[in-house]
Amino acid sequence: MTVKTTIDSLNAPLLQLQQLSIVAKKAPEKLLVDNVSFSIEAGKTTCVVGESGSGKSLTALSVMGLLSKPLQLTAGKVLFNDAENGVVDLSLIDAESLRKIRGAKIAMIFQEPMTSLNPVLTVGYQIGESLTTHLGIKGAALKTKIAALLEMVGIPPSRAESYPDELSGGQRQRVMIAMSIACEPKLLIADEPTTALDVTVQAQILKLLDSLKTRMNMGMLFITHDFGVVADIADNVVVMFRGKIVEAGTKAEVLEHPQHPYTRALLACVPDAEGKKPLQPIDYAWLNPVHITDPVTDMKAMA
Amino acid sequence: MSADILVANHLVKTYTQRSGKFGFGTSLVKALDDVSISLRSGSTLAVVGESGSGKSTLARCLLQLQPLDSGEVLFAGQDLAKMRGAELRAVRKDLQMVFQDPFASLNPRMHVGQIIGEGLLIHAMGSPAEQQKKVIAMMRRVGLTEADMQKYPHEFSGGQRQRIGIARALVLQPKVVVCDEPVSALDVSIQAQILLLLKDLQQEMALSYIFISHDLRVVRHIADDIVVMYAGKIVERGTVLDIYAQPQHEYTRNLLAAIPGKKQPSLEIA
Repeated sequence: MTVKTTIDSLNAPLLQLQQLSIVAKKAPEKLLVDNVSFSIEAGKTTCVVGESGSGKSLTALSVMGLLSKPLQLTAGKVLFNDAENGVVDLSLIDAESLRKIRGAKIAMIFQEPMTSLNPVLTVGYQIGESLTTHLGIKGAALKTKIAALLEMVGIPPSRAESYPDELSGGQRQRVMIAMSIACEPKLLIADEPTTALDVTVQAQILKLLDSLKTRMNMGMLFITHDFGVVADIADNVVVMFRGKIVEAGTKAEVLEHPQHPYTRALLACVPDAEGKKPLQPIDYAWLNPVHITDPVTDMKAMA
Repeated sequence: MSADILVANHLVKTYTQRSGKFGFGTSLVKALDDVSISLRSGSTLAVVGESGSGKSTLARCLLQLQPLDSGEVLFAGQDLAKMRGAELRAVRKDLQMVFQDPFASLNPRMHVGQIIGEGLLIHAMGSPAEQQKKVIAMMRRVGLTEADMQKYPHEFSGGQRQRIGIARALVLQPKVVVCDEPVSALDVSIQAQILLLLKDLQQEMALSYIFISHDLRVVRHIADDIVVMYAGKIVERGTVLDIYAQPQHEYTRNLLAAIPGKKQPSLEIA
């Protein structure tokens, strides 16, 4: 049974989060995610940017219904536009229907490829698992499909027989990507997919994700703490701070004309490769109520 | 031109790797292949390269945390590679290391005061009261409070733990500090704080740094000189300005091109 809504699926965005709030069951008065709303279009990348503890990973997990037991979604809707079944609210749907969507229509890439792959199964098996579960592909057809997927992410198909420990960090992350795109999901959630990787490998992975997104017309929810990565991959940007969205807009709006002092502070502390900008620690002065500045004059002062 | 405080000549380190079915065969991996570096007194030398290029092996071999196959490491007129036991322990007081992973490099069963003070205890530097004083002063300097002494590492965030790691290394007033990717496990917003702290402490305590990193954005702000490593060899060396302006080696150019956000000049206005 799915909980359908009356929203017209032709005009609705791929994913719409409406006034999402998450608390820890033990401390229900503190909102870990506080009234968060944004939407993702098909074929576009929305970056959620914030420091650790800002609630960006919790937001992503709640889309998949993967919040851990001590946490609870207290309010809000997760509206997923599943073209065939109309718009469904993932926060109300039962476990069985959610399982059918997970992996098939919404897939996720986790932060640490070292810990999120099963060490005792070959990577080929792990990539094939969701294909068998969701699409019923078996035998020779499955092998061909796995080989094609590995090829797509730039790993020699012969490595299907390898175990995760025989691959480098970058290769493991590519395996994670191959797993996630196996069933051609409509929405891909990437939770800091490059944070554990070297810059050269990071650049390759970002390029790969971007080209896959375009080719498969996926919507992508990309979580990161690095504005450098945002500049490379985002179409839209959502900035989170302590569970709240402080700013949202297109990449150009947020990067070139940041309105909120936190966005500016976060942008200012990204080291630049040219060394023109002095190194700056993140500035929380704006949190202090005494320090209220007019955003307009503040912008002028910065320019 | 200031004098060199640490010079390493022709370092070679080979690892034996299991290979073949069930690991019965062996193959040799050259982690350091005739590597020579020199660190000017009071300056920062960055060692840049991707994982597997041998930069962390270099760091460990310089401090003799791993034995070298051949080569010499000259510090204060002595060859560290020839030292053993007590002699080596004594000289380590002047050579300290800040580790990459602030979650794995602090003993979870010791409280922070013990972790930072352990070096003083080992090297018997001053009476217990003096040691206590030094620990507190160092903790204040890196932005921790006296009350933090009784806490355990798990009670701190990543950035704070890295401050503990820095305090632990610097309380001995070393001359050379090897920083092995000190900020790569931290949020970008916290990286700048730690880098600025390292820079300030370098000025105050006249430290010389060897700074290992794969992130050229970070290196740009802290280093004076750079060596670029690839597959166990140094492929390029020079001052920061030269390397960024005119990278000679193909691999250095690749590294520079991989910097996130580089294609977007818009980032600079912020």
